Amino acid sequence: MADIRNNFVGIKSPNPFWLASAPPTDKAYNVIRAFKAGWGGVVWKTLGEEGPPVVNVNGPRYGAIWGADRRLLGLNNIELITDRDLQVNLREIKQVKKDWPDRAIVVSLMVPCVEEAWKAILPVVEETEADGIELNFGCPHGMSERGMGAAVGQVPEYIEMVVRWCKQNTRMPVITKLTPNITDVRKPARAAHAGGTDAVSLINTINSITGVDLDSFAPQPTIDGKGSHGGYCGPAVKPIAMNMVAEIARDPETHGLPISGIGGITTWRDAAEFMALGAGNVQVCTAAMTYGFKIVQEMIAGLENWMDEKGHASLDDIVGRATPNVTDWQYLNLNYVAKARIDQDACIKCGRCHIACEDTSHQAITSMVDGVRHFEVIEAECVGCNLCVNVCPVENCITMEPLAAGVMDQRTGKPVSPIYANWTTHPNNPMAKVAAE
Amino acid sequence: MPEGQFREGIAGGRLSADQYADNFSDLHPPLDHHEALVESDRCYFCYDAPCMNACPTSIDIPLFIRQISTGNPIGSAKTIFDQNILGGMCARVCPTETLCEEVCVREVAEGKPVQIGRLQRYATDVAMGENKQFYPRAEPTGKTVAVVGAGPAGLAAAHRLARHGHDVTILEARPKAGGLNEYGIAAYKSVDNFAQAEVDYVTAIGGIDIQNGKALGSDYQLSDLIRNYDAVFLGMGLGGVNALRADGEDADGVINAVEFIAELRQASDLSGLPVGRRVVVIGGGMTAIDAAVQSKLLGAEEVTICYRRGQEHMNASGFEQDLAAANGVTIRHWLQPKRVIVDGGKVSAIELEYTAMNGDRLAGTGEMLTLTADQVFKAIGQSFVPAALNGSGASIDLEAGRIKVDAEGRTSLAKVWAGGDCIFGGDDLTVSAVAQGRDAAESINRSLTQG
Repeated sequence: MADIRNNFVGIKSPNPFWLASAPPTDKAYNVIRAFKAGWGGVVWKTLGEEGPPVVNVNGPRYGAIWGADRRLLGLNNIELITDRDLQVNLREIKQVKKDWPDRAIVVSLMVPCVEEAWKAILPVVEETEADGIELNFGCPHGMSERGMGAAVGQVPEYIEMVVRWCKQNTRMPVITKLTPNITDVRKPARAAHAGGTDAVSLINTINSITGVDLDSFAPQPTIDGKGSHGGYCGPAVKPIAMNMVAEIARDPETHGLPISGIGGITTWRDAAEFMALGAGNVQVCTAAMTYGFKIVQEMIAGLENWMDEKGHASLDDIVGRATPNVTDWQYLNLNYVAKARIDQDACIKCGRCHIACEDTSHQAITSMVDGVRHFEVIEAECVGCNLCVNVCPVENCITMEPLAAGVMDQRTGKPVSPIYANWTTHPNNPMAKVAAE
Repeated sequence: MPEGQFREGIAGGRLSADQYADNFSDLHPPLDHHEALVESDRCYFCYDAPCMNACPTSIDIPLFIRQISTGNPIGSAKTIFDQNILGGMCARVCPTETLCEEVCVREVAEGKPVQIGRLQRYATDVAMGENKQFYPRAEPTGKTVAVVGAGPAGLAAAHRLARHGHDVTILEARPKAGGLNEYGIAAYKSVDNFAQAEVDYVTAIGGIDIQNGKALGSDYQLSDLIRNYDAVFLGMGLGGVNALRADGEDADGVINAVEFIAELRQASDLSGLPVGRRVVVIGGGMTAIDAAVQSKLLGAEEVTICYRRGQEHMNASGFEQDLAAANGVTIRHWLQPKRVIVDGGKVSAIELEYTAMNGDRLAGTGEMLTLTADQVFKAIGQSFVPAALNGSGASIDLEAGRIKVDAEGRTSLAKVWAGGDCIFGGDDLTVSAVAQGRDAAESINRSLTQG
């Protein structure tokens, strides 16, 4: 049986599935329910400094987009950090950690960008015996207007500075949570690393408007006729998040820096993908907010079954396994040739591959052969773009088949070369380092 | 003496009021908003969609379903009505399982087609509920067209002609318009007086004058129409019922299934409608199924369909056969009627002979079967009655007993077009009648405007 116990920067949990800092981890009631359901850890919803509690809007806090059958694909929120009293939160954290010693409890923090504020909060959190802290440099709405959250996360110098303050003032491991609302995620990651962070976690939510009410012409979610950009998350952001995780994992300056992966993780498979790209564990929010805490049971069982099936004994066997395969475009093998192939037995003849290719791509799929409705790849036209695979409603009906070396590519009229050759050496590249032979 | 279902003979009031209401409620209840969105999302928006090609009226099905899924049911209804102004009724009565839904790629993929008929009903119900009229009439042309028969073919033709600015007079023999939609469809397929609501919706375009109680051949002649109108469209359907050719078929209790169905549709109180305790229906088509199922729903204890060939030869679709079975109707094959046994002037049983294929010919085997019955329905097909066309001066060409038309619906007589069940080469479907009426109207319009 695969061992899915997790050790993330010294924080141990029975599995790599943590709940992210968000409404599901706002108070003991929810966190206890999560632990009972099987979650390995939580990042307690962000605490602010001592003082009058944060105020939230009283209208809608969430917006969403949906797919088939109103399946929730993307969620957006304009909720701020915890609006509960700091001391109440601290008491509850301490009690829950005492009652659930085997589970990870990390406390998310966001206080003003001055050293005194961080020096004040760190000891009181430490006193709860929580396992670590996560610096919320990502929250994109509300708090950022007050110079916190993403306002810090968007300035690498601030990140480095605050991380350093924290590392100097606490024994707890520091996880720095990054915002995706930047152009190059490697810069804030490098800054956190330079400040001495123990890990980074990403992504926080993405600035977004989920919709516009076409009767009132108001953005959604709508508060008394107005809307504000909220943080976007859920399955729709997963590809963005995975790329950012991979960029940090393969950046020579941050290579090896532990990453807690966040962004649209809904199933065991999503989690495994993040971990393969370099995440040491994962954090989940939207899936739990959509389906409840029970989903972790599917995640645990699914991950174990896959690892057993593939012979991976522990999480160390999978973390980062895909990272070396993430490369720059310029290093992709231009001598690799693949052609689409349609399994005629699986084809249900919807014709979507044909019309997608005909209207928008390379005119490489038939619609009629000998007067009969028939969809078949015209190899002489197929560039192997994969669009037909992506629009086909039947899984594995259309596959991309690589041509073996030496086989004639009917499109180019040339045999497939067995030699790896990329853009850096391509004759059409004016910057080519070596002329192709 | 037993009452209710077990009462001997032909009698009404076999069920409670609740049972009647329940039995004759919508066969396929309408999709609600959420169901329509979920179902519309199943459509793959196929290229050159097989469903569209299978539809006799060529409705752009992927487009109308996509319009439902994007919250535009009104636009969806227009897509439907552009091709089929009787799209509301067709949504209810089309044998979709042998048309659009049979070829749906999801039928191929998973054996569960997109429910095209119910989605079509959803969109058309929304538009008709708002009495949304999509088609303004063109400038008046001053041309007049007579339409014989206010059934699906005649209504479709009239609507299209009215759109083009012609003035249309529909002459209908029966007291109500609608044709088989009003008189011939099983009650549970068209509840809440939908047929009349649809007639009102179609004629709301204006320029269509329906005159009821005007029968061709008795109240007027075809030659009158040719003389008085610029064009004539014949859509009178089938007036005759094929005979059993069995002894005793004139006995009390032997009834034409189409008349029984019409009477049922017009009944204001179903409990007053008598039905036998033991009913035998002779035939293998949709009419046989409709008569049998409705007999059962009226409270008949035992209903048997007898068809002279095998299950695979039945004109009734598999869905309809299953519907009959689900309602407790027994379908027996390879049996032909020989003799209606009469007792005291009333049917008491029917004697049937087993049949078999003898080479290419169907022949009796000599083995007999007697089924107790107090009511026998004849449902072995309807026939065109050309007699009404007589007296027109010139005779109209027929083919296999029905009116011969060309690809545009033109008959052998100048100025006369025809469509629907009365023409040769059709498939006796409402949706085909609509297509023929529509296409004949376009041909008439071309003829009238390109004079």
